Parts: sequence; structure tokens; C-alpha cells
Amino acid sequence: MSTQTTRPVEQVDSVTIRFVGDSGDGMQLVGTELTKASAQAGNDLATFPDFPAEIRAPAGSLAGVSGYQVHFGGRAVHTPGDAPDVLVAMNPAALKTNLADLRPGGMLIVNSGAFTESNLEKAAYKSNPLDDAALKKSYRVVSVDMNKLTETALTGSGLSSKEVARCKNYFALGMMYWLYGRPVDMQVESIQKKFAKKPELAKANVTVFKAGHAFGETCELFTGQYMVPAAKLKPGLYRNVTGNGAAALGIAAVAKLSGKQCFLGSYPITPATEILQDASYFKDMGVVTYQAEDEIAGVGSAIGASFGGAIAWTTTSGPGLALKSEMIGLAVITELPLVIINVQRGGPSTGMPTKTEQADLLFALFGRHGEAPLPVIAADSPGDCFYTAIEAARTAVKYMTPVLMLTDGFIGFGSEPFRVPEDGELKPIEVTYQTKPNHDGNTYMPYKRDAKLVRPWAVPGTPGLEHRVGGLEKDSLSGMVSYDGMNHEKMVKTRAQKVANIVADVPDAEVTGNQTGDLLLVSWGGTKGSVDGATERLLAEGKKVGHVHLRWLNPLPKNLGAVLKGFKKVLVPEVNDGQLAFYLRAKFPGVDPLQFNRINGKALKISELSAKALEILG
Amino acid sequence: MSTTTALPTYTKKDFESGVDPRWCPGCGDFSIINQVQKLLPSVGVARENIVFISGIGCSSRFPYYMNNYGMHTLHGRAPSFASGLKVSRPELQVWLITGDGDALAIGGNHFIHAMRRNMDIKVMMFNNRIYGLTKGQVSPTSELGKKTKTTPFGSADYPFNPPALALGAGATFVARSVDIEGAHMGEVLKAAADHRGSTYVEIFQNCPVFNDGAYTFMTDKAVKADAQLRMVDGKPLLFGKDLKKGIRFNPQSAELEVVTLGVNGVTEKDVLVHNPRREDPTIAFMLANLSAKPGFPTPIGIFRNVEQPTCDELNWQQINAAKQKKGDVSLRKFLAGSDTWTVK
Repeated sequence: MSTQTTRPVEQVDSVTIRFVGDSGDGMQLVGTELTKASAQAGNDLATFPDFPAEIRAPAGSLAGVSGYQVHFGGRAVHTPGDAPDVLVAMNPAALKTNLADLRPGGMLIVNSGAFTESNLEKAAYKSNPLDDAALKKSYRVVSVDMNKLTETALTGSGLSSKEVARCKNYFALGMMYWLYGRPVDMQVESIQKKFAKKPELAKANVTVFKAGHAFGETCELFTGQYMVPAAKLKPGLYRNVTGNGAAALGIAAVAKLSGKQCFLGSYPITPATEILQDASYFKDMGVVTYQAEDEIAGVGSAIGASFGGAIAWTTTSGPGLALKSEMIGLAVITELPLVIINVQRGGPSTGMPTKTEQADLLFALFGRHGEAPLPVIAADSPGDCFYTAIEAARTAVKYMTPVLMLTDGFIGFGSEPFRVPEDGELKPIEVTYQTKPNHDGNTYMPYKRDAKLVRPWAVPGTPGLEHRVGGLEKDSLSGMVSYDGMNHEKMVKTRAQKVANIVADVPDAEVTGNQTGDLLLVSWGGTKGSVDGATERLLAEGKKVGHVHLRWLNPLPKNLGAVLKGFKKVLVPEVNDGQLAFYLRAKFPGVDPLQFNRINGKALKISELSAKALEILG
Repeated sequence: MSTTTALPTYTKKDFESGVDPRWCPGCGDFSIINQVQKLLPSVGVARENIVFISGIGCSSRFPYYMNNYGMHTLHGRAPSFASGLKVSRPELQVWLITGDGDALAIGGNHFIHAMRRNMDIKVMMFNNRIYGLTKGQVSPTSELGKKTKTTPFGSADYPFNPPALALGAGATFVARSVDIEGAHMGEVLKAAADHRGSTYVEIFQNCPVFNDGAYTFMTDKAVKADAQLRMVDGKPLLFGKDLKKGIRFNPQSAELEVVTLGVNGVTEKDVLVHNPRREDPTIAFMLANLSAKPGFPTPIGIFRNVEQPTCDELNWQQINAAKQKKGDVSLRKFLAGSDTWTVK
């Protein structure tokens, strides 16, 4: 046995690893396990799973490839990483669909045992790519027959060959643990916990995991180990969250912070379903969930609950948002609080359900018939989905309005460490119901407004305040049906002004980097990490650039016009065909942003964006 | 927001909003709202705890005229609002006012799901077999061959049988009444108010402008006795002049048939005794389908009235159990979950 001391340990700033294999190969599982171990080691990190819309495409097929990417580092990690430094490919199809992403000179670990004639054929390879000399020239290829080694490790275990085959992901994980110096014991515990009900599988997976680890240590395929130092994170208690998970936690937090019921009426849709699923467990926290018969009924039930005094939510993705459009208009005209969380995916129509996009911005801002403005806020990272949900709800009840919260598949599925807020760190949410008449003659006028133009919220069960609301235009005071044209004009303007008044709660746009200069990068939503990363690079090269990230899309921060005008050029990077750029042109005549658009279902690459900025800067 | 222990003594007037109804003169809706306002003082629920929710159509203006909490929502979608409100606030009594177009065309999906969930909401469907608010187009309950503005050569599609649909969807209370039969409607609505679970009441409602006389086939004095079958719990299903005709279950053909007392030795003992409390909705379904058969009377009254745990109730059992099991968890502890690490 050779010893580990003979091989060097190299310190690296950060590393991006991608696991790819069949949908059933357990790639998501080993990816999250390595993520947890890295988090425990103090790394900052970001992850992104990449899986097909089909639950189980045929084994070995190109369509069935599922992946999980994790980027961990000893400094701030902004994104799940542009290009993997290490690609772990469990079969030919996985290699074929992912090899182009591996950075030149990167490490390619392949399960050579899966490169059989039939698998090669399924992946449309004419010959075995592992025999290709060019491959070894471009990458550091580590070819390991994980099938065989897993079988050998489990000889005599009594498991069926199918069960044995399903253990091989732990062999890959074992190798990665050795390569990045992660503690074995913690993983062994984790496996035992995970398979507590099936001790024979727990034992088998531990055996295979340890075999993978030992293989890394003893075989001469790896030239050394890597060490990623701990990052400087704000002290505190941490957990890992996905964006969807964080949004669900946000809903529960709102219930707790307001002391009111949160009601989530929703319908399953990729990539938003997990919010409803997670929230369904939060009954003890004051969250009531209702899976309706369709998207329309999902938001309808929420508006019904809002009329009843609950803080109401609905969650969806693009096609569902389209279906909910008429309902959202009803919430606008009745002025009932509601939060719509739209986890954007590739569109139009069914589009690319599991792939990310930012192409619902203009629909969120304008996608209702009639004059129906509403506040729009976007989360910028997985953990930020928590805070954005709270801010959206706070705004909805404070201003008696529906609020549209945008996230996307990238941050919804992506994960990162999340510092658990201390007790008292989150401000309570004030909700006041009207309990007394508010007008002459001891009457209640449901549309009598305060100075901010906000109407009162009287809920069923309150004696003496019985009133009716509905979709017909209403008298500006009594709320009764009114077909008076002048009253309608007044109501349209009043509703718009009320939403515009929210600007008082919108923080000024903050510029990172130079406050004025040659180029301002303007981002919104899930691209923040990529633009942060690109800005860091540009600043490091001494460029006069700044970055402003927009959390509020409506109303926009009041200083934004001045910020935009402080730079010679403005560049708007987006995962769409230029929607924020279009909006800014309309809002700030004279500012004509340059665009950087990718619509490939993936997050923006820091390297591509930096290159674009450098090209503009000349 | 709690129900007061001692309810005020209400009169009909307490349930009138003071807004004059804007229905056409002679519309059946007037008679219906009159019955509802007469009923509510006796249902034992505080005025502020009763909510009327409607969709879109002539009938759906109803909430504006009631002095309760009310919501005039979107076309066909009223069941979604009512369901959300009921799940959120189970202590409220929720009524849903809808029409044949609202409930069965654009809102068919929401309607059947509200019924199958046994959501404790009371649906009153005013069936005038026509689109009134849009001035006379064919509806999902218009008869085959009916000439309307959009079917000038006669409707080519078959209508829904609404009580049969409600039964098929799993409604636990299904009934029918007629706008001009005030006393009958009052009794049916009282039973609807007392029922807990998905409640469906179809009311034959005459539209004097666009479908006048739609129900004369069973309301005209000359034919009424033979054309109406009044179903009464525990009583044999008799109809006709002097109640000489009855409905018998034929065990050979497994069909309902009309028999005449005293003919071929038929006595009252042969006639089916009405029992809306059967768990199995099969006989109720057969009765609902009678009206579609030539030579048979149209049943009015309660087809089905059974008790089952309601959707809102089952939800709150789970919520209360979860609260009891977990107690008052601090937000920080909740947010931390089970898998954490500390950064110093």
C-alpha cells in the first residue's frame, strides 16, 4: 500500500465539481452529500442541480442524463461555477452531454465500466471516447471501472446485482472525499441515518463509500489531493437551503412574525412545486396549504382566504402565471393583499420546465388586462428567497395590494449556506384589521383611504362592517358598483398612485465598485451572483466599472436614474432577450443600455460576461 | 371574530343591503333572494359570519343585495374563492351563488372539485337554461334543439343534468326547487343551511326576457300534478292528481318505472320510499335522471343528504394535531431545522 504522504496537498481557492449520470444513478444524492461536507468544512458554496423534465428517461440515453454541480471555495462564492474543474461522468451519455463544459485541463473522472458497447450506442458514440488520445491531451483523465470495483467490494453481501449497481454512486463520492480531504466518519454516519430502515443497504453503501475512498488513496491515478480553505462567512448558525425551500421558510416566518395565518393556495408546477410541498409540513407554524384543482383555483382560493383575513400566497411558474392573470387583476381591483411567487422557467408555453430563464419580467410588470399595476420584487439568490418572501408579504399587507415575487429555476433549485437569523433579528409584521365604522353615521366605507391611499381591511366575522367587494369598478368610497366614468378614472389613478407610493419603502440603489465611471452593470433577480463575480474580475483589472442590482422592479429605486447617468455606458446582462433593458429605456429616456443576453436555460457565465464587458470597455 | 354566544334576534330586513336589485321585472331571482332573506334569521349564525360569494352572471349580483360579507368574483371561479375562505376560516357559513353558465360551463372544473372535496359550502345554482347577462345564448343546460342567438338552427349539444352531475361529483347534499314554489324552496334551503358538507341546490329559475316559460312544462297548473314529483324523506314517491301515481323500482330491469295505484294490483307498498340518507347515491342518481325521460315527472326536493367529514374539518384536524404535537416552536429553532453547522 502506498501512503498518502507521498502525494502533495495543493491548496486551491475554489473548485467546481459536476457529477453526471443516469437519472437513477443518484447523482443529486452524492452532490448534496459533498455539499454538506464542504459546508461543514467552512467553505462558502453554491450548487445547481441539472436534470431532465422526464422523471426517468431510458437508462443510458442522452435524454436521461442528470447532473449536480457544486462550487465551493475559501472566498465568497457567487455562483455554482462557470465551468466544472472536475467532471465525474458515470456513463457515456453523461460524458457526451457534459464534456464540452469541462474547463480545458480539468479533471475527468469516468466510470469506465459503463462504457459498454450498448451504452456507447445509446449515447451515439461510434467508438469508445476513452480510447481517444485527444481526450487525454485536453483533460486529466482518470478512468475507473466503478462497476467492477463496487461489485468486488460487495462480494458476498447477498444483495442482488441491481442493488449492487445502485451503490456505485457512493464509490464516486468516496473518491471525491479522498481528493478533497473530507472526513469519512461524518459521511458514514450520514449513510447510516439515511438507510436506517434498510441496514443491509446502509452497510453496503458504507462499504462502497469506504472502498472509493481507499481507492483514491491507494491508486496512482490521482497525482495529489486538494485543500480548499474555510471561507470568511459571517459568524452564526448555518444550514443549507435551496431557493424554493427558503421561500417556504419565508412563508412560515411571515405567519410567525405577523401572528396571522398564512394561506398558500397553489397547484404543482415545475420548478415551483417544492414551495407548496415544503409549506405543507409547516402546519404547526400557522401555515395552511391547499392544493387546488388548477392554477386559477390556486390563486382564487388564496384571494378568498385573503378576503377572510389570512396573509395569502400562491406559487407558480410561467404557464401558471399566465392562467392566474385575470385573478391577479381581481386582487388589484379589490385591493386585497396577496403574494404571487413566480419561479421562472424557459418559455413560452411549456418551454423548458427544468431550465432557468428571466423572461417573465415584462409579463410580471404588465401582464394583466386593464390598468393593473402591482409591486414586483425579485430574489437574487437561494437564501434571499427567504428575505424576499418576507418583504413581499410585508408590502402586500401594508399597502393592501397583490405583490409579485420573481425567482427562477436557477435559484429555486440552487442551494447555498444560509445563516439562521437570531431571535429578534427579523422585524414583526404589523397587520391591522378594521374593527369599527370609519365614516359618518356609524357606517363602514371599505374604500376610504389613509394618507398613503391604503384602504382598510375588515374581515368576515366583524359585526357591523359587513360589506361587498368584487371585480366591478367600485365607488371610490363605498365600494359599491359604479359605472361612472369619472369615478373609474379616479380609481385607476388612485390604485396606480398607491403602488407608486411604495417607493418610500424601496431602498436606494447601491452601486458596488466605482460610483461613476465607464461602465455600469445592471442586474436583477438570479443573475446577481454572476454579475457580482464579473464585477470583481473587472475591478481587479482596474476597470472603472460599477454594479447595481435591482431587487425592486416596481417601483424602481428613486435614485436609479441618477445612478444610470453617472456612467458612460450601461450594460444589462439577462437570461432573456433584453426585458430589463427594454424597461429601463422606457423608464429613463436617454439611457440606452447595451445588452448581454443568454437564453440557453443556464445561468450567466462570469467569464463570458467579463469578456463582453472588456470588449465594450475596449 | 368569534361567534357570539347570544345571537341578536334578526328579521328579514337585517339581511337586506338596501341596494335595489337590478334584475329584470318578473325575474325568478327576486323570489329566490326573498326566500334566502326570510331564511337567514333562523339559521342560528351571526350575520357577520355569513358570507355570500358569487361568480359572474345575472344570479351573481346576489351578494350586493345581501347585508352580509360578500364577494362578487370571476366568471366560473366562485368555488375557488369559497373553498379558500372556508379552509382558512372554517367557522364561517359560506354560500355560493351561481348560474348554469357560471357553474357548469366556464366553472365546471371548480364546481365538481368543490363537490368531491365535500367542502362545507352551500351552492345555489339558479338554472334558467340560458345566458341572460349576455342576452340569450345557449347554456350547458339548454335543451337539445333549442334555438338561441348562437344556435339559430337549434342547439346540437346535449345538456347537463345538474343534480346528476353533482351526485356524480360526490356532493353530500343535492336538492332541487323552483323559483315560484316559495314554500318548497324555503324548506329545501333550510335543510341546505343545516347540512355540513358540499351542498348543491338547483333552482329552476324563469328568465322572463330570454327564456320565458322554460319551466311551464312542470309548473303550469294544468300539468303540474303529473309533471312534478315532490320527494319527501320517509314518504313514498307519489305524484299525479290525488297522488295515484308512484315510482317503483323494477328489480328485473333495474329501472325506475311509473305505476298507478289500484291498477294491476299495485298498492302504495310497491312504491319506492324516498330516503335521501342512503350512503350509496345510486337511487338518488336514478331519480335525478327521471326528468330526462319522457312520461316521467321531474323530481323536486332533496335527492341526497348524507353526513361525511368535510374537507375544511379534516384540514383543521391535521393542523390542530400538528400544533399540539410540536407546541410553540421558536422561529429560530424552526428555521434552523435539523442539519446545521456553526461558523465562528
